[in-house]
Amino acid sequence: MSQQPATQDSHSSEEPNFYRAKSGLMSWLFTVDHKRLGVMYLASVLLFFFVAGFLAIALRTELFTPAQDFVSAATYNQLFTLHGAIMTFLFIIPATPGALGNILLPLMLGAKDVAFPRLNLLSFWIYSVAAVMLLCTLLLGGLDTGWTFYTPYSVHTGSAAGLAALGVFVAGFSSILTGLNFVVTVHRMRAPGQSWDRMPLFVWAIYATAVIQILATPVLAITVLLVAVERFLGIGIFDPAMGGDPVLFQHFFWFYSHPAVYIMILPGFGIISELVTVHSRKHIFGYKAIALSSVAIAIISFIVWGHHLFVSGQSELIGVIFSFLTFAVAVPTAIKVFSWVATLYGGSIVYNTPMWYALMFLWTFTIGGLTGLYLATISVDVHLHDTYFVVAHFHYVMMGGLAISFVGGLFHWWPKITGRFYNEALGKLSALLVFIGFNVTFGTQFFLGHQGMPRRYFAYLPEYTTMHQISTIGSWILALGLVIAGISLAMALRKSAPKAGPNPWNAMSLEWQTASPPIEHNFHDTPHVTCSPYDFPEIDKSGGGHH
Amino acid sequence: MSNAHSHAAHTTGEHNPHLAHHFDTMGQQAGAAKLGMWLFLATELLMFSGLFLAYFVIRGFYPDMVLGAHEYLSKTAGGINTCVLLFSSYTMAMAVRSAQVGRPNNQEDAARIKKYLILTLLCAGIFLVVKYFEYSAKFEHGMLPGKFYTAHLHGYDIEGLPHIFFGVYFFMTGLHGFHVVIGMAIMVWIYLRASRGEFSEQNYAAVENAGLYWHLVDLIWIFLFPLLYLVK
Repeated sequence: MSQQPATQDSHSSEEPNFYRAKSGLMSWLFTVDHKRLGVMYLASVLLFFFVAGFLAIALRTELFTPAQDFVSAATYNQLFTLHGAIMTFLFIIPATPGALGNILLPLMLGAKDVAFPRLNLLSFWIYSVAAVMLLCTLLLGGLDTGWTFYTPYSVHTGSAAGLAALGVFVAGFSSILTGLNFVVTVHRMRAPGQSWDRMPLFVWAIYATAVIQILATPVLAITVLLVAVERFLGIGIFDPAMGGDPVLFQHFFWFYSHPAVYIMILPGFGIISELVTVHSRKHIFGYKAIALSSVAIAIISFIVWGHHLFVSGQSELIGVIFSFLTFAVAVPTAIKVFSWVATLYGGSIVYNTPMWYALMFLWTFTIGGLTGLYLATISVDVHLHDTYFVVAHFHYVMMGGLAISFVGGLFHWWPKITGRFYNEALGKLSALLVFIGFNVTFGTQFFLGHQGMPRRYFAYLPEYTTMHQISTIGSWILALGLVIAGISLAMALRKSAPKAGPNPWNAMSLEWQTASPPIEHNFHDTPHVTCSPYDFPEIDKSGGGHH
Repeated sequence: MSNAHSHAAHTTGEHNPHLAHHFDTMGQQAGAAKLGMWLFLATELLMFSGLFLAYFVIRGFYPDMVLGAHEYLSKTAGGINTCVLLFSSYTMAMAVRSAQVGRPNNQEDAARIKKYLILTLLCAGIFLVVKYFEYSAKFEHGMLPGKFYTAHLHGYDIEGLPHIFFGVYFFMTGLHGFHVVIGMAIMVWIYLRASRGEFSEQNYAAVENAGLYWHLVDLIWIFLFPLLYLVK
């Protein structure tokens, strides 16, 4: 144990864990404990993951045949819009920072809490208000603009786009405040000896994410506020009928929403960095490269938004520049993927559920990343724009990248969060089904899109039928896999599930050096950090390798 | 000031009643609060920068319309408000300074903080009153945003699409005015805490943060005023 937490197990049986430290509904609703807030975020994001996933299955099932089956065209528009909006704003963006980040960040830093615990509670409540607003759109005419709110349609549609835009505005505040809290926490709350080059890579990833949240989200806020104002007052900034410019909206929107893609995926990178080291018992390959490539991605993400506008009428020169800049993102991203693979090389890989999900991520995310290069190439993008190829690409990145790493991270930290083990056999079965289901669903869509199937259509030409059916069957397998993952995790909640102990993976980072579940103030005494979180005791340092 | 501040943190940090449980020293707590405020100000600036960008795009599209429509804004009212806000930044800075050199639990020092806060609040109030008269005049003449624009019915003939200019004007100044109101609420809160004798050289981060926020609100107006009122 070279990371020396002063705490040892003799105490942990005496002090109650954070669930038992207080009781009653109010002790949850008004808690300022980062772990309790993390658990509440976790419950919320999983609920919305389920709701939005259910909508996706409805969409895929409608697409089983070329004709219209059981939902109308208008309902279909609402289904994919809500699927996208809920997944993006209520699941993917808050999932890792809100749930895992809240629970783990202070623990990993050796702090008692985040820098601003009350602000943290406020973030959660703001998030809840936003969720209620977005769900209320269902009762008030739905939302049919797509999650992107493109003008002028979003200004004129009869659906509740104004309320939805305000809901996204409110959700943005939650995201900003969480990001702000985390940046300050990382700067000011590190335990003695926890220098920047000894922070776990999950912390680096959350830090880079938080920086983007702070810098990009305000622009989204003003953009959706302008859309709402445009709807209510018709001021004519985005609406061409009033003298405005719809392309200006697209610039505004993607100036946020492209960096937002990295808000979604960077935390996933952090999770994978932890999973591949701990479960291969090897020091991470290229610690600094992985840490700094997160920061590099954060910076580059701000200057690539124009690749969403290749066919929207921006100048050719700008298009070429954005295309070139977009290719640049591939460099830090590839550095990460190579570093993870190099970490695995020669490691004592343990094939448990978290590792299965991590390996799955390497496959699906790499496909997602590489197909991004197709779309960054202007000439190819003109052909593939608004087809299923784009749908497949971003699902490989968002679902295959973030959602899969998030589930993997849940399995990895589940013993810490619940104090007990999930069911390993079901966990592995879920990983297998998710892997098969995911690739069948979205792999097929690359071919569909390449052959010209446009996105967002409720019906299609008969020649696409076979591939659509394969994709739909894949989505059912995927859903089954996720349900089994849920069952495996839920089995840890039983009293009879095996206890995990403080450090079941023999990991070195600080969150494993306290009880599972942690005590209310995280550590009995402030821990002192003396080495990297990846210096596993069995690593032979005589050969001169790392550190 | 930073020397005194870290000194205070070292000598009295452990037992200060205003130290939250999860911080080790007052210095760490104040540092976190200030960093948080600066980050928040960055988000505010970015949010307004979106509006400024929209303004420049509109001005680039319709330079003559913006020039024509801006003539109907009162330069006098805008100028008075600029002076009022600049002065309020001074009084706010003095409130922060009073807190920084204040002795703990000293009525006299707390009264000085409160005096400057009242002056700042007064300025904010004057600003809003002037803004109220400006807005009422615009309402009366139908110079309203977007589809509510009816100035042509009141005999004003502004060429082009002035409803966009007034849309931008009301949105930018309205959002700024909202920030002024929030700023006033913050000052009332700081005033109440000052009355309880919370602030002194050992604990003044909250006053300083309120000051930072207020300066940003002023700063945004410093840009709004020339862009909207002094186009020519």
